[in-house]
Amino acid sequence: MDLLLDGFAAALTPENLLFATIGVILGTAVGVLPGIGPAMTLALLLPVTYSVGADSAIIMFAGIYYGGMYGGSTTSILLNTPGESSSVITAIEGNKMAKAGRASQALATAAIGSFVAGTIATVALWIVAPTVADLVVTLGAPSYFALMVLALFAVTAVLGSSKMRGFIALFLGLAIGLVGTSTGQARLTFGEPLLADGIDIVVVAVALFAIGEALWVAAHLRRKPLEIIPVGQPWMNKDDWRRSWKPWLRGTAYGFPFGALPAGGAEIPTFLSYATEKKLSKHPEEFGKGAIEGVAGPEAANNASAAGTLVPLLALGLPTTATAAIMLVALQGYGFQTGPTLMDQHADLVWALLASLVIANTLLLIINLPMAPIWAKLLRIPRPYLYAGILFFASLGAYSVNFQAFDLALLLAIGVLGFAMRRFGIPVLPLIIGVILGPKLEEQLTTALKISQGDVSTLWSEPVAVVVYGVIALLLVAMAVNGLRAPKEPPAEPDTELDTDEKELSPR
Amino acid sequence: MTTTEPNTERRDLHPAVDKAQYGLAAFLVIAGGYVLYDASTLTKGFDDQPVHPYTIPYVVGAALLALGILLAIATARGDRPEAEEGEDIDLTHGTDLRTVGLLAGVLIINIALIDWLGWAITGALLFAGSAFALGSRTWVRDIAVGAALSVGTWYGFYVGLGIPIPAGILDGVL
Repeated sequence: MDLLLDGFAAALTPENLLFATIGVILGTAVGVLPGIGPAMTLALLLPVTYSVGADSAIIMFAGIYYGGMYGGSTTSILLNTPGESSSVITAIEGNKMAKAGRASQALATAAIGSFVAGTIATVALWIVAPTVADLVVTLGAPSYFALMVLALFAVTAVLGSSKMRGFIALFLGLAIGLVGTSTGQARLTFGEPLLADGIDIVVVAVALFAIGEALWVAAHLRRKPLEIIPVGQPWMNKDDWRRSWKPWLRGTAYGFPFGALPAGGAEIPTFLSYATEKKLSKHPEEFGKGAIEGVAGPEAANNASAAGTLVPLLALGLPTTATAAIMLVALQGYGFQTGPTLMDQHADLVWALLASLVIANTLLLIINLPMAPIWAKLLRIPRPYLYAGILFFASLGAYSVNFQAFDLALLLAIGVLGFAMRRFGIPVLPLIIGVILGPKLEEQLTTALKISQGDVSTLWSEPVAVVVYGVIALLLVAMAVNGLRAPKEPPAEPDTELDTDEKELSPR
Repeated sequence: MTTTEPNTERRDLHPAVDKAQYGLAAFLVIAGGYVLYDASTLTKGFDDQPVHPYTIPYVVGAALLALGILLAIATARGDRPEAEEGEDIDLTHGTDLRTVGLLAGVLIINIALIDWLGWAITGALLFAGSAFALGSRTWVRDIAVGAALSVGTWYGFYVGLGIPIPAGILDGVL
């Protein structure tokens, strides 16, 4: 509790409040731009936070994080095109509401719902994260190794539609993670001294999320502009409030636990929340035509799950979403040793982060509700300028790490890889998590086997490790059973995810 | 977010087997092979070291190789990727490789010139060049916006963030 109060004290100084405000505004402004999701927002704005002190940087980063998430949902509602899979539902119902002339209410219930969910989930985070961290610190290298294998496996095989493509991404990421001389010998450096320290994760992240995406969009740029719905001041009347508050709370209850699981993500809780609200609603006929519950619940679930992903991130050093992966990169950039000891060794800064999440969330609500019409104008930015700007800032971000033209060459090479991955439907997330966790995995394996003097059976000598391997085995069995039950989907069918999802939801 | 309509169009555009995917499979095989070759050049660590520097590379290289072969087999059997959707993406038309090539060219020019000319100049060229590649034809405005952005970020990083970006040829002018 003292730690939390200290955290608030650190976050509430006028200087840091200013940084939080700048973070929220920057995050929203970038996040609202079409084609830029929360992960890309964080990757692009990361270099900006490096120059200020660690506590200010964290607080600014929390602002960028929430701003980026909120900006993303604004884009979904006003353009009917989800920036990422977790906002698919928001896009469906929210855009229907917007088309029916209720854009203001959709934005308001999304914003207030995000605030409610974010606040409750952050409080839950205050309680859960230290408890989990205390448990984890007592674990040995074998258990930690097992947990990392589970995280990699879950991100690769459980999420995403093609397992093979997930594994392709994972092993490409692990290969990139090998580059460097961390083991004392140069691995995969092509004799290039600039590669001796490995490839900077900031460069990898910016290349994959920004360059790869910009090139991909450039190859398929929509020639006719999307229809943008004009929006006024977000507001809700009494009836909207009455219909929104329960979905907010239920969405939060779905989102946080799923987010905290290594394979939870935000898709499942948003779909669950949508299905639940449809079932419980007194107006089920409105669903699919713009029901406010269908925006309130999923959007709350989305935000709560984002807070939930911070549990494995802070307590274990395991990122499970793209956004969390960039966050881990940021924490490492600020000089923290991420992993089970983070909350002990840097208690003050972790609690400053946990406190600033609430502050950023509050600022977001105060700043963004009145500014929504201005943000909506950003959607009209000419596309050549938007994507030229993304390339510009991505290059600047990668260059500012070391001032090496070589980093820009890496940026382009990995960016082209990112383009190819989008072309071939290979998910980006397993790759980035492979780059981050690969070296750590090797380190934990070495530690575990060193203690046991090379005896491999040490890997399943701890109860937690055994349980984790059991979970992986169960997931494998479930995948196999699923595969047998639905033998071969029509191979060439680029069957839209959305269609299947709607089918799953509609029988209710 | 697609509807059924563009899907049918897309199917007509592509042959039954996605030949380009063989290229990706070949890339994976080559990458995996290179990782294995690189691992074979590494020497053993200390004798009591349980995980040698080449242990993980062998696993990763072998996996990449195997995945490349699997992908080739899947491709031959008619497996086709689900290309990624997005807010500004229209998948109903083919891939516009000309734009991508132009953008890559602009990025390469930036890499080649940045040490000499400095970010304040190449950044502006990068922006204006990219905007041109993406279809903007307002030369003067593009260069003006690019110059404002590059000089602005140079000063922003220098004054606001305390990060001195090398000035290149403009050293002493900025």
